Amino acid sequence: MARAWVFGDDLDTDQMVPGRYAPFMVGQDKFHLYTFCDARPGFAKEVQPGDVLVGGENFGCGSSREYAVAALKKLGVGGIVAKNFARIFFRNCINLGIPVLESEDAVALARDGDQVTLDLAAGVLRTPHGEARLRPLAAFAQEILAAGGVVAYLREHGDFPRVP
Amino acid sequence: MPKTLAEKILSRASGRDAHAGDLVIAPISRVMVHDSVIDAVMAGLRDLGKAHVWDTSRVAVFIDHAAPAPTPVVADSHRTLREWVREQEIATFYDAGEGVCHQIMVEEGYCEPGTVIVGSDSHSNSYGAVGAFGAGMGATDVAVALALGRTWLRVPESIKVTFAGKPRKGVTMKDAIMRVVREIGTDGARYACVEFHGAGSLPQGDRITLAGMTTEMGAKAGIVADTPEAPGWLFPDRGASYANEVTIDLSVLEPQIAVPPRVDQVVDISEAIGQPVDIVFLGSCTNGRLVDMRQAASILRGRRIAPEVRLEVVPSSRRQFEDAMADGTLLALSAAGAVIGSSGCGPCLGRTGGVLAGSEICLSTANRNYRGRMGSPDASIYIGSPYVAAVAALTGVIDDPRPYLEATEDELDALVAAEIDD
Ligand code: SF4
Repeated sequence: MARAWVFGDDLDTDQMVPGRYAPFMVGQDKFHLYTFCDARPGFAKEVQPGDVLVGGENFGCGSSREYAVAALKKLGVGGIVAKNFARIFFRNCINLGIPVLESEDAVALARDGDQVTLDLAAGVLRTPHGEARLRPLAAFAQEILAAGGVVAYLREHGDFPRVP
Repeated sequence: MPKTLAEKILSRASGRDAHAGDLVIAPISRVMVHDSVIDAVMAGLRDLGKAHVWDTSRVAVFIDHAAPAPTPVVADSHRTLREWVREQEIATFYDAGEGVCHQIMVEEGYCEPGTVIVGSDSHSNSYGAVGAFGAGMGATDVAVALALGRTWLRVPESIKVTFAGKPRKGVTMKDAIMRVVREIGTDGARYACVEFHGAGSLPQGDRITLAGMTTEMGAKAGIVADTPEAPGWLFPDRGASYANEVTIDLSVLEPQIAVPPRVDQVVDISEAIGQPVDIVFLGSCTNGRLVDMRQAASILRGRRIAPEVRLEVVPSSRRQFEDAMADGTLLALSAAGAVIGSSGCGPCLGRTGGVLAGSEICLSTANRNYRGRMGSPDASIYIGSPYVAAVAALTGVIDDPRPYLEATEDELDALVAAEIDD
């Protein structure tokens, strides 16, 4: 079980890690400690490895800053379920090995603080109020996630997964 | 099957008949990297086990986002970047003060029309100003692009935006693109390519404003059709299919204002008149060119900005800076009370050159007004054209710039006095 952290629509990357706490402003070893410092004070201290972020539309919009995703990765976020994602954020998550799943009903079902289970094999997010169905990821993205990210995939295979 | 511009470019690049929804692997004509992500890009290359970029002649590197360095940590990062550029023997390198990456990429001709360009910045869409498929990506994608010279892309659906008519005096293509953002919304073009029709013959700067701000609609790319730079094969086919179509009649367009904290919360200027501002920022890849500075100077020349307002002017590249010095534009702005910053991103992203204090209100000509974008999370950012910026600096409030442009000297004095008295 993991805790669900529920957010609304249009959660932008400036809210995940504000620009003033970019790694090259505060150092590579510290930037993740400011994750959601304005939007959800206390998050960086309380989040546990495996916790799941749940959001609405356009999750991760705004700047292409990958360190927003790197911060979530460092804090051990186990997956993100949202109605849909901003494109650069989506790519960054796949590349760094954080499962990103689209679901129409997760944000309505999950309440902040719920104990949830992200079951990728079954394609559902289990919440105390019911199961949210997850849209299956493209095989290409699944292969990269399975390797733990694009760097690991390329080190192993030397090239991208085959496209259909 | 008829194709959109995005489908044509990605078909040609990937060597297959690609349509919206297909996944392709495409060679890249150039990779753009800037200072704010370089550490992560270098780490990515290291993790990939690559000592060298795939082709040094196809890489362009910029120090523009926090430049000149505002803190020792940033200075260290810049030094590492310079060392890396030397060691990789990358000739296309622009150090602090040369300007914003996107402006230089387009004005120096680094964007080959009809090709795929990967940039480490979300506004890399700007390269569509000259018919390139520019896509912004994160540091790891950029590292992979630098290592392999290729990237993977899902061929996007396209949204067709058609401009009809000519804008009236005092209304600019910045107003036009804000009107489009208002229509489409911040995620209305998510994963899509925005294809502009009726804008190909506009000046290059206006086309950069259009293509770059497709990012504010979530777009993967923004491409202007029928530009003078485009090769003969690059035109949208008749009958190509679009996910959405929007037409904007420029002849009736009013100046537009984006109200904080959303860039798609856009209103006609009449709804924002009288809003006080503390600081005005004229600059960025969206509106930091000579023409933008000239528009502002046309209102500010020979006058002083309101005593309670600060005006920051940051030219988008050294070329724009020098042109604006040579023709007296910068002198006029400085004499009016502007702080002139060195070319670069400046305060656009709140790292350097005059960040916002809590509760301050800014009128910016840039492209984003998120909470915290330009400094304190308690500051508010309105977005508008350079004309609107100039009037806000002059009077301390948001106002319709058109009466100021048409006014005689005496009428102008009266207009300013009326605002200051209010
Ligand atoms: S000027 Fe602003 S929007 Fe443009 S590249 Fe720089 S930070 Fe980004």
